[in-house]
Amino acid sequence: MRILVLTKPVPDSAVGAERMGPDNRLDRTTAPAVVNGNDEYALEAALQLVEAHGGEVVLLTMAPSNGTETMRKALAMGANRGILVSDDALAGADIPTTIRVLAAAAKDVEFDLLLAGLDTSDGAGGAVAAGVAALLGLPLLSPAALIQPDPAAGTVSVNRLSSKGYDRIEAPMPAVVSCTQALGTPRYPSLKGIMAARSREILTRSLADIGVDAPAGEWSSRVLDVAPPVTRAAGRTITSQGADAAREIADFLVDRRII
Amino acid sequence: MPPVILAVADVVDGQLTRLSTEVATLARGLAAEAGGVAVGLVVAASPDAAAAELAGYVGRVISVAQPAMADTVPAPFVLAEVRRLVDEGAGVIVAGATTDGRDVLGALVAFTGFGYLANADAVAWADGAPVMTSTVLGGKAVVRSTSSTAGTAITVRAAAITADAAAVPGTVEQRAPATGPAVPAAVVRERVAEAGAQVSLEEARIVVVGGRGVGGPEGFDLVGDVADALGGVVGASRAAVDAGWIPYARQVGQTGRIVKPALYLGLGVSGAMQHRVGMQRSETIVCVNRDPDAPMAEIADLFVVADLFEVGPALAAEVRARKGA
Repeated sequence: MRILVLTKPVPDSAVGAERMGPDNRLDRTTAPAVVNGNDEYALEAALQLVEAHGGEVVLLTMAPSNGTETMRKALAMGANRGILVSDDALAGADIPTTIRVLAAAAKDVEFDLLLAGLDTSDGAGGAVAAGVAALLGLPLLSPAALIQPDPAAGTVSVNRLSSKGYDRIEAPMPAVVSCTQALGTPRYPSLKGIMAARSREILTRSLADIGVDAPAGEWSSRVLDVAPPVTRAAGRTITSQGADAAREIADFLVDRRII
Repeated sequence: MPPVILAVADVVDGQLTRLSTEVATLARGLAAEAGGVAVGLVVAASPDAAAAELAGYVGRVISVAQPAMADTVPAPFVLAEVRRLVDEGAGVIVAGATTDGRDVLGALVAFTGFGYLANADAVAWADGAPVMTSTVLGGKAVVRSTSSTAGTAITVRAAAITADAAAVPGTVEQRAPATGPAVPAAVVRERVAEAGAQVSLEEARIVVVGGRGVGGPEGFDLVGDVADALGGVVGASRAAVDAGWIPYARQVGQTGRIVKPALYLGLGVSGAMQHRVGMQRSETIVCVNRDPDAPMAEIADLFVVADLFEVGPALAAEVRARKGA
């Protein structure tokens, strides 16, 4: 199995310091960059599939040149090599451009599966996997709770989360799969993995290298302004216990015509 | 030419989703502001019931019966119809921020280069373009964004706006389907329902959510019992899901389901920001938590500082007694 995994560096949301900068773009200096959470689930799934079926896991990232730092973390988890598309012309790139660039870069790689996080913790658009699949003319299986390729048959089966459980869906490979936390907890890099990652290749490619013209003119969408969130007002706090508290809650629900 | 605002409906198990009625309400309001027209689109194996319902919210509904969709994922066929309507002049395409909505619009912006405005809480019209308001960064900021392209694709966050039926119901126009899917379509081999998931979290009137405070998988027996007494559906915080106490499908929050029930009852839920993003528009919020400083206290209508293992069983009994009376 040859598996391409899209990995995006995002500010570590565990730090809780994300904010928009004065230029109305995400301030990426408030927290260290980490691999986007859903992309880590994709990577873990890819590593397990390669462990079971053999093959290699290749990372594909579009980021500034320091994107190699988070890619090293993903390599330390066990990915074999990485491709970083980096170009000054992509600073602040919009979603259609991001899709176009990733699809063009993926076209140069032979793969059976392309895995991507369902969405990212910073942009949360959730459009990239679908867009890349569309431009490559590949089926999209989304969102996956389980990925089961059948290399002999050349197909992949995915448990797709539904409102009531899941649908088992299938498509021929190569295919694109969007990944969620339902795939299971990502591994921590081992010391051995961290050492090995140092010598693994990250190929940096410019827009010219992948045959994409530098975008001209303004991006297709832009942020006009940023405001603090509107918060809901606090209500009443009670400290009664057990059956007394239960009666007070029930009275409250009756007052609000909920029961 | 007056702008055409297209509301793309999600049909799940033959039913129009609540979010689709919210999307249609938004499209109707936006069209009124823009001096344009709103059109609803239903594409499904059996679209009739959903199309009729959608016509309650928008003046004109295009209904496409595509039998192939009985056994495939929907997005490739929905996309084929959306692209046809874009070719015919639809300039603003609005869909729910669901997997299917994102799969359709992600492919659409890839093909067209349309600006993509994600997770709208509201959309207004200014200077000839839609302007979206969206909560970003896990609830830490609200941004207004706009598009500078001829067309715009917008996803709308569930429960952000309230569906509001039109004064006069719209008309439904049947259309023959485009010849095939716009992109390759994965086929559905099997549909599996999981126990206790007969009513989806998004559509439930009452949601009872267990958090880290329930202590373990057996704690969800209590959550389930309280939900059963209230006639509600069980949800969970990410902490409980990550601990492996309950499946991911039950997760409420930014990375799970977004709910807006009449009652959200949290048991042992602290209220991390990423959870609040998924439930703070609930009509009534009640929480039981031993920690008086839990962030949930900031948004709950009734915050009960107590041991959920004492209050929970008593509440289930109290509710059953009152309902039985």
